[in-house]
Amino acid sequence: MKHLNAINRKARRVESVTAAPTVPAEASQTGDVVALQQQGGQPPQQPEGPHIPPGCSIVFSPGWEADRTGGTAGLCQPVERDLFDCHMGCYWPAQVPDQLNHAPDWTAKCAAAQKDWRKIDLVFPG
Amino acid sequence: MSATGSTPASDHPAVPVEPAGPVVPGITPGVDTVVRLGDFHAFEAAGERFGYMVPSAAVFAFDPCASAVVDALAGGPRSVGDLCAALEARFQPGEVWDTLGELYRIRAINEAKAPAPAPKILPLTVIPLQTLVVNVTNQCNLSCEYCYEFGEDKIVDTENGQQPKFMSEETARQAIDFALRESGRTAMVTFFGGETLMNFPVLQKTVAYARQRANEVGKDIDFSLTTNATLLKPDVIDFLADERIGVTISIDGPQEIQDRFRVFQNGRGSYDIAAPKIKALLARHSSRPIGARVTLTRQTLDVMTIYRHLHDEMGFWEVGFAPVTTAPQRGHAISDAGFDRLLAQFRALALDFLKAALENRHHGFSNVRETLQELHQGHAKAYPCGAGIGLLGVSTDGQVSLCHRFAGSETHRFGSVTGGVDRARQADFLDSHHINHKTDCQACWARPICAGGCYHEAHTRYGSTEGPNLHYCEWIRGWTHTCLEIYGELAVKNPGFLRQFDGADDEASQRH
Repeated sequence: MKHLNAINRKARRVESVTAAPTVPAEASQTGDVVALQQQGGQPPQQPEGPHIPPGCSIVFSPGWEADRTGGTAGLCQPVERDLFDCHMGCYWPAQVPDQLNHAPDWTAKCAAAQKDWRKIDLVFPG
Repeated sequence: MSATGSTPASDHPAVPVEPAGPVVPGITPGVDTVVRLGDFHAFEAAGERFGYMVPSAAVFAFDPCASAVVDALAGGPRSVGDLCAALEARFQPGEVWDTLGELYRIRAINEAKAPAPAPKILPLTVIPLQTLVVNVTNQCNLSCEYCYEFGEDKIVDTENGQQPKFMSEETARQAIDFALRESGRTAMVTFFGGETLMNFPVLQKTVAYARQRANEVGKDIDFSLTTNATLLKPDVIDFLADERIGVTISIDGPQEIQDRFRVFQNGRGSYDIAAPKIKALLARHSSRPIGARVTLTRQTLDVMTIYRHLHDEMGFWEVGFAPVTTAPQRGHAISDAGFDRLLAQFRALALDFLKAALENRHHGFSNVRETLQELHQGHAKAYPCGAGIGLLGVSTDGQVSLCHRFAGSETHRFGSVTGGVDRARQADFLDSHHINHKTDCQACWARPICAGGCYHEAHTRYGSTEGPNLHYCEWIRGWTHTCLEIYGELAVKNPGFLRQFDGADDEASQRH
């Protein structure tokens, strides 16, 4: 860090733990944030090769319980491919922020959801 | 509202859209993002600005740009665009943005509307025993008026209670077996009382037994004791020196101060008896540094005089001070005004310490040394001390308790030396005493280092170990602030001095 100087040992640990990636997030899939994909009941895994979002579950449409295998891998994965599909077409109302009233600029920096989804941030109800 | 801006607001055309420097993964502040100061305590030392982060206990120095951002947010939340525009004249383009990213990383600033990040709570795990305090007797040859064991605030009736007045050799051996069983690579045993040396024969045999047992099980064992010094006969001193037993002397200061409370049963002061014996001990016992432990009361609140006498005149290596633990209505209790006076005196002596530290000289004010060590490590405590975790007390009948001050108390019992630690009871205690349950502490910046303060003090004042010691909050904050200033001063002017605190934790962890 250039503007803050870690003085004690804990500060040096904080600095190393929160160190920013040396390459831009978009340029590397290693250690990148991925959608809520779980495999075999394990914690979210880093996918091998290209990451293909699996889309909505055919079993439980709202997408927040469990898929037919009892896991969550087959559930709808918000943010990525189905980002625009969901909030336009899905009856489930809690998928995306209300862009008419509260968050009109929410997707302004997201020209192509597959590529730019990282630019979409959280929204806190005002 | 949206936490992310899309385009620069028209009234801030000079603000870059994308952050030029590193940001916290997952957080990309936009110009419309409204930010506020996070939880930290700002302080100045050696002309620089610092932040003591809460709850991480990390200490960062702020450069002028970070300092300006912190100042600009002192009046309340502002948007990133507003901040950049307000500071762009003073700093290079992009510099403010970089700084914001860095302040985000250490949580010195947060999004105004985001909930405060919850600290990660680690699950409770069994931690090996580090120190076992063995009360070899609950009897004493002095009758100090303020004594928590015999005075009006006592928890256990040691005079008429069920427990033996002296620990038997068998129980002491069982305590040693317990310590070796429960500890990691090194077992630390502290003999305590009452007056520890009133049971010297058992103590002597126990040390021999412990050395032999430690050897058999392949562990290290280390001993210390606390005594009022009145029973330090030449053969006792020889034993302590030869066995390299760490000694802490309970003494309150020069004669007029010592004799105010530390008296024999007939009311006679103990200074005349103790002082020559202490000098003999200091002359003979050079294998370990000898420390003095001073109890401060309303009537004996003269830190500088006490320190000068004990360190400069008597020759103690270190002197540690503790305000008396007592109910507020007692005559010796320190009042609020007394705590203010105490803080001023501690500050004066701490500055004396700083002067010595800047010249790489030893200074014996152990309170400041211990606090500096904790600040340097950046301990963020969930519990005020190691009691019930790495430290346990043993009463004369072999009951294991929270700490030595609760030895023999049924309600603070954690098992026995023969039956082992009652893990369920220990887990219950640790669960209910976690800092997150101390509501009053949640708004205090000193909680990483205080965590609510001494259980025994809280029990004596408020009748429960669970609550924080609200009567000395101001004092703790004042003292921690003073120590932070000294720490900052040393970090700038003599960082080499602080390196002595680097390895303390490493050594401790290697022991287990």
